[in-house]
Amino acid sequence: MYNFDFVKPATVDEAVKALADDEAQALGGGQTLIPTLKQRLASPSKLVSLTGIAEMKGVSKQGDAVVIGGGTTHRTVAEEAASAYPGLADLASRIGDPAVRNRGTIGGSLANNDPSACYPAAALGSGATIVTNSREIAADDYFQGMFTTALEEGEIITEVRFPIPQKSAYAKIAQPASRFPLVAVFVAQYGDGVRVAVTGASNNGVFRWSEAEAALSGNFAADALDGLTVASDDMIGDLHGTAAYRSHLVGVMAKRAVAAAS
Amino acid sequence: MPKDGGIGASSKRREDIRFLTGAGNYTDDINLRGQAYVFFLRSDIAHGTINNIDTSAAEGMPGVVKVFTAADFAGVGGMPCGWQVTDKHGEVMQEPGHPILATGKVRHVGEPIAAVVAETLAQARDAAEAIDVDITELPAVIDMKDALKADAPKVHDDLKNNLCYDWGFVEENKAAVEEAFQNAAHVTTLELRNNRLVANPMEPRVAVGDFARGTGDHTLYTTSQNPHVIRLLMGAFVLGIPEHKLRVVAPDVGGGFGTKIFHYQEEAFVTFAAKACNRPVKWTSSRTEAFMSDAHGRDHVTTIQLALDADNNFTALRTDTHANMGAYLSTFAPSVPTWLHGTLMAGNYKTPLIYVNVKAVFTNTVPVDAYRGAGRPEATFQLERVIDKAAIELGVDAIELRRQNFITEFPYATPVAVEYDTGDYVATMDKLTEIADLAGFEARRKESEARGKLRGLGVNCYIEACGIAPSNLVGQLGARAGLYESATVRVNATGGLVVMTGSHSHGQGHETAFPQVIAEMIGIDESMIEIVHGDTANTPMGMGTYGSRSIAVGGSAMVRATEKIIAKAKKIASHLLEASESDIELKDGAFSVAGTDKSVAWGDVTLAAYVPHNYPLEDIEPGLEETAFYDPSNFTYPSGAYACEVEVDRDTGQVTIERFSAADDFGNIINPMIVSGQVHGGIAQGIGQALLENCAYDENGQLLSASYMDYAMPRAYDMPFFSVDHSCQTPCTHNPLGVKGCGEAGAIGSPPAVVGAVVDALRSAGKDVTHVNMPLSPSRVWAAMQ
Ligand SMILES: Cc1cc2nc3c(=O)[nH]c(=O)nc-3n(C[C@H](O)[C@H](O)[C@H](O)COP(=O)(O)OP(=O)(O)OC[C@H]3O[C@@H](n4cnc5c(N)ncnc54)[C@H](O)[C@@H]3O)c2cc1C
Repeated sequence: MYNFDFVKPATVDEAVKALADDEAQALGGGQTLIPTLKQRLASPSKLVSLTGIAEMKGVSKQGDAVVIGGGTTHRTVAEEAASAYPGLADLASRIGDPAVRNRGTIGGSLANNDPSACYPAAALGSGATIVTNSREIAADDYFQGMFTTALEEGEIITEVRFPIPQKSAYAKIAQPASRFPLVAVFVAQYGDGVRVAVTGASNNGVFRWSEAEAALSGNFAADALDGLTVASDDMIGDLHGTAAYRSHLVGVMAKRAVAAAS
Repeated sequence: MPKDGGIGASSKRREDIRFLTGAGNYTDDINLRGQAYVFFLRSDIAHGTINNIDTSAAEGMPGVVKVFTAADFAGVGGMPCGWQVTDKHGEVMQEPGHPILATGKVRHVGEPIAAVVAETLAQARDAAEAIDVDITELPAVIDMKDALKADAPKVHDDLKNNLCYDWGFVEENKAAVEEAFQNAAHVTTLELRNNRLVANPMEPRVAVGDFARGTGDHTLYTTSQNPHVIRLLMGAFVLGIPEHKLRVVAPDVGGGFGTKIFHYQEEAFVTFAAKACNRPVKWTSSRTEAFMSDAHGRDHVTTIQLALDADNNFTALRTDTHANMGAYLSTFAPSVPTWLHGTLMAGNYKTPLIYVNVKAVFTNTVPVDAYRGAGRPEATFQLERVIDKAAIELGVDAIELRRQNFITEFPYATPVAVEYDTGDYVATMDKLTEIADLAGFEARRKESEARGKLRGLGVNCYIEACGIAPSNLVGQLGARAGLYESATVRVNATGGLVVMTGSHSHGQGHETAFPQVIAEMIGIDESMIEIVHGDTANTPMGMGTYGSRSIAVGGSAMVRATEKIIAKAKKIASHLLEASESDIELKDGAFSVAGTDKSVAWGDVTLAAYVPHNYPLEDIEPGLEETAFYDPSNFTYPSGAYACEVEVDRDTGQVTIERFSAADDFGNIINPMIVSGQVHGGIAQGIGQALLENCAYDENGQLLSASYMDYAMPRAYDMPFFSVDHSCQTPCTHNPLGVKGCGEAGAIGSPPAVVGAVVDALRSAGKDVTHVNMPLSPSRVWAAMQ
């Protein structure tokens, strides 16, 4: 780690001001950022911890949406979203290990947009709205390729609004070492159609599988996906799986998610 | 009835109280007055010529004490290699220099180029970033077969090529083996890879160097499995410090698995730098550094061929292995693919003719050396896999094929130079059949299939050579060390004992098991005995712990020393009891005169030894302290049979281990609980190798699996409940305890069972698969099904 200043504001406004400084960076649960700092791969002059901001925490049901504060930990989502949005709570309950879930936050995960992260699949698969200190961003506009999002410098995710589907599920196969998704698919059925979001698979980060959405919107059953494939051209190929294997897994995981959806 | 103490009792591990309550004393817990910290600037390229190292900016950075480069080590010896292999042409291996800091060239990612000693670690690291290294990158050689091509870049310019040695064993058998293959009714050929592993002990390596200016004494605290070996190698070959001026302490060590046997540059560096800087210097490896500086394990590529006659008897075996040495020779690297591997190629079978060829190759990768099992897992894996493949090709039952070829008469002299003293392979296979419920497998397979899963069974045997080793024998084979072990037993006046042993415990439970032996011999409570190890200042010269040698060799030394104690104590007792020495019996901690009710307690005798008022001073010295060195006359040969059952997910290729059973013959057993624990740990590492672990480089020599994000460590939930049994016991005939050693068996015996089970599962779905290379990741298993 390099040296940095540390502040822990109590409100979003104070945090935004603190982040206005050159080289200041937000700190959520630190589960991604702290290891990066320890490896000296980042050198912010100041860390602005978001963990002391009460207004950014908590899970609530507002109309037909579940609203989650940007500083809410995975564990809290797993527990408190369980009745309103079980598919989302299940996803949160399977991120990392207990230590990660007790620290890591939804805002941090979405801001980071790791191509193998779990939450981006839920956000895109639910057509969620990412709410920041200055605006609201539709999930379809928010994710812009691996580790790239619509967020501006210093912009804070204060909450995320998830429309509640009729049915949903998340199916993932873990990468053997990191246990992040090797490929995972989030499926959500809404009155106006089905959304299918895939994470872990593509070099362009989380994406919607539109052919599967169309097929499932007509017939929400696993075998509706028979014969559908995603091209392997843009799939990640690495130590843990070839591009062809990943594109195959997209189909398998999508079917499993549909079969498990409740 | 289980015993509640002594040999055969499952005494609870006394060391766990401190390990589990955070009260251990590890090397990183040692902080000396005035201590400075070193940070090593390591190469981020695999191969290159160092044109210039400019340390001027770094030297002026805050907190910097001194910046070191290779120039500071002119006149200091390089890292020594402890084993010289002679090749099949009678020539000694090519042995490159191995500097403490890179000299002229860098040869692998992670090689230390410069070192900064500073007041704090952060300052040392800051300054290291300010060192300007001008390197011209050279093409790297990573693949072993590429490295042997005529036009391959040379890892060491002063060597002829990248071939360390081309070893043939037994060379005299070669022609007969060829002939047997020509006459064979069937020949099975299998190509396989034994994957490269990183040991990853929970505690990374740490070294603290100290120098006492007033006396000229050096002290090195280090995470070592064998502090005396480090003292000898570093003192005599690297730094030129006589042993009486060098103390090496290896306190609590959090796992070694072989990787802490070797003498490393960082140890020599901190010892040297402590004097140069006139203050203690500490190095603590980060996990990232561990991946690129701890010696790696395995990494063999092998073609094995098995010849059978028309009745399916094994008639000959031939292997051709490329063994990766990495960029330099780590301390015992040359011995692993040769004497620890070729000599085990007979396995449990009476194959009369065997020829083993091993080409050891230099590449631009981290040095490779012994890892739990060292050579023996490589031998077992290829042998057991080729037998499975032969059974498939011949359409016969793989277990029956093994049974038919078992060695059944002992002692048995193999065609690969070793003589098995005892064993009963039929008994362990029978025991396995029972505990693994092999009869119930087909029903379990149907049940799995009903759930849509493929199920497979893998069964194999293993043999290993432990209790390393007869010194005169290993000397002939190229070892530059003896492999005896030592113990000093010191009895205190009030009857308690301290055993100072050259063995080193880094998780094995010596502090519990060793006292059990002495308690049994004397008939006193285990709590009266304390084990001291790990400090050259207060233990006799010993060779340390690896190769499952501690109880077989170190335990035997302790028995011999205790026998001397008992003999002397009997003399004292005979004096106190006014009886003839030959009439004195020791039982339950008391000396009595045979056939009388006269007796004297252990404590009375020990007190007399130190308060010799009524004592035969004219015949014997006061005091009760004895030392013994034990040099074994042979290896010990634990053996066993293992069974693994897996389920395979057809759609994803994911493998889960459903059952794992191990029937081992370890000879006599001191503490069954500890033995089971050793087997559990070994199997977990074997399953790790088979399913998960893979140290991979790209073609430029960048380490792809350089952290736990990409190097898959086994976790508790990857493991089934193990069913382990060690009731089959054919005691070793040549050590006083009849013990064989159990530390590596699990890691040796388990990988072929796992791979065999997965292959069996795939074949049950009609796939024509005979082998899949480790690790059997979902991706590879899925690919094998396509
Ligand atoms: C061992 C381990 C296993 C893991 N396994 C998984 C897994 O299986 N699946 C998975 O999805 N993830 C996994 N993670 C990642 C984990 O979920 C992280 O918590 C998450 O990616 C980042 O959240 P954080 O709150 O820790 O963010 P931090 O690490 O604090 O920050 C990450 C980035 O987001 C920014 N940031 C943080 N909060 C906000 C905010 N509110 N608004 C704007 N920017 C913000 C920071 O500036 C930084 O750039 C794992 C992590 C670890 C260490």
